[in-house]
Amino acid sequence: MRNILPILTVLLVIVAVWYAAAIKMNAPWTYAQANRAGTEVTFSEVVRDTLNQERPVLPAPHQVAAELWATTVEKKITSKRSLVFHGWVTLSATLLGFAIGTTAGILLAIGITHNRAMELGVMPWAIASQTIPILAIAPMIIVVLNSMGISGLIPKSIIAAYLSFFPVAVGMVKGLRAPDTMQLDLMRTYSASDNQTFWKLRLPSSMPYLFASLKVGVAASLVGTIVAELPSGATRGLGARLLSGSYYGQTVQIWSALFAAALLAASLVIIVGVIEKITLRRMGMAA
Amino acid sequence: MKKPVIDASGVNLTFQTKDAPVHALKDVNLQIDKGDFVSFIGPSGCGKTTLLRCIAALETPTGGSLTVNGLSPDEARKARSYGYVFQAAGLYPWRTIEKNIKLPLEIMGYPKAEMDERVKRVLDLVDLSGFGKKFPWQLSGGMQQRASIARALAFDADILLMDEPFGALDEIVRDKLNEELLKLWDRTGKTICFVTHSIPEAVYLSTKIVVMSPRPGRITDVIESPLPRERPLEIRDTPEFIEIAHRVREGLREGHDV
Repeated sequence: MRNILPILTVLLVIVAVWYAAAIKMNAPWTYAQANRAGTEVTFSEVVRDTLNQERPVLPAPHQVAAELWATTVEKKITSKRSLVFHGWVTLSATLLGFAIGTTAGILLAIGITHNRAMELGVMPWAIASQTIPILAIAPMIIVVLNSMGISGLIPKSIIAAYLSFFPVAVGMVKGLRAPDTMQLDLMRTYSASDNQTFWKLRLPSSMPYLFASLKVGVAASLVGTIVAELPSGATRGLGARLLSGSYYGQTVQIWSALFAAALLAASLVIIVGVIEKITLRRMGMAA
Repeated sequence: MKKPVIDASGVNLTFQTKDAPVHALKDVNLQIDKGDFVSFIGPSGCGKTTLLRCIAALETPTGGSLTVNGLSPDEARKARSYGYVFQAAGLYPWRTIEKNIKLPLEIMGYPKAEMDERVKRVLDLVDLSGFGKKFPWQLSGGMQQRASIARALAFDADILLMDEPFGALDEIVRDKLNEELLKLWDRTGKTICFVTHSIPEAVYLSTKIVVMSPRPGRITDVIESPLPRERPLEIRDTPEFIEIAHRVREGLREGHDV
């Protein structure tokens, strides 16, 4: 762990900037309160107050940490206030969406690499789909699916899949086309069928590309799920937690939900990274 | 009279490019008999690799006739009549040496027991026994190229097409591999077509040297080597060897002046 010092330094700087910002941004309220009560406040009193307000503009790190601790470790996970519970609701939709998106992305990539017409016909739509703001399209998908009687996990997963299929498709197209002319010629000298070329050459060659795009895809899935939880009036999930926090001005709750989401995303990316490492090592490519 | 393994008569190949058609091969006539070791030598752009690729049905001539084992090149390819060794070893990094050699066998659907037996035999043949479980990156460049030759030998094609297989290797490794290749040729009796741009390599290895020159790519000289089949490395210092090398060099120079 030779890098521990720079990592800690960066972390410390971020925390320090955060504290400073919290003091600066929460101070007006403290002054206003004091003014109303007709009292004077010293600087140290201001600092103490700004870091411990109940509904601060910007909660201090320790407040967020305390809220995270209280809503994960101290609450029963079946409780409606447990972040573990909400996190699981979001995670399950994310994973299902990621699975759907990855499958769709890979199939699309296979189609595109095998068929020029498909590339010309489908790729522009895939690109167009990603230029539409997800915030605009998510409510519509949810409403449409709701009217078809589909609600709960599936609509969220579909939006997660909508965001994650694209990076996977783009990465896989690149990966499936990674073999060079010589490698393809070699297969030709063996009179290998397209199928054999795919399974023995194209697919293994694409693995490093696949994993790179899976990392992007899994994080996008989580974002998609959270966005999907916002407009649906859902009462469960990290997105719902964010929304109710903003309804009631519970900034500490918002920030702890944000952190929970960030931690979840980071863990997912790390898990994909570990699977990547194991897979590539078993393939002898982890050089 | 027995039929030649490879028979080219009046082979032409023109590539259509944006500005002008490129005459890659012009009126190529060549007969290669069974068991010949034929080198194609010439400067870049003379069409030596293109000719090899035509034989392998990786390119299609635009004129003339070309047969391989009495078949069209494409039929010969489908009949798996040849093994092709590329300039780079081109081993799959995700497969061990053993698995790399199995690749063509898997594609051609050999039974498992036979695959293992063949892998063992060709690894032996290229002197790589004991390296089967290694990954390509664990081997030196010379060893990788030997493995790629083993891969081409694995399925018993009686023609071996080699496109500057030792071009990227250093002189010492190249000498050693040349020596080994001759032994291998002697033991297996295969017909070998070998593209090179090294005169000593061509003269040392071949029973027949095909000198080519560029623009348009054509054959300027075919030299039947009088050297015996048994060739120690020292043969390169004999007057006969030097004389053939001289004739090759003359041929190359002549082609260049045109």
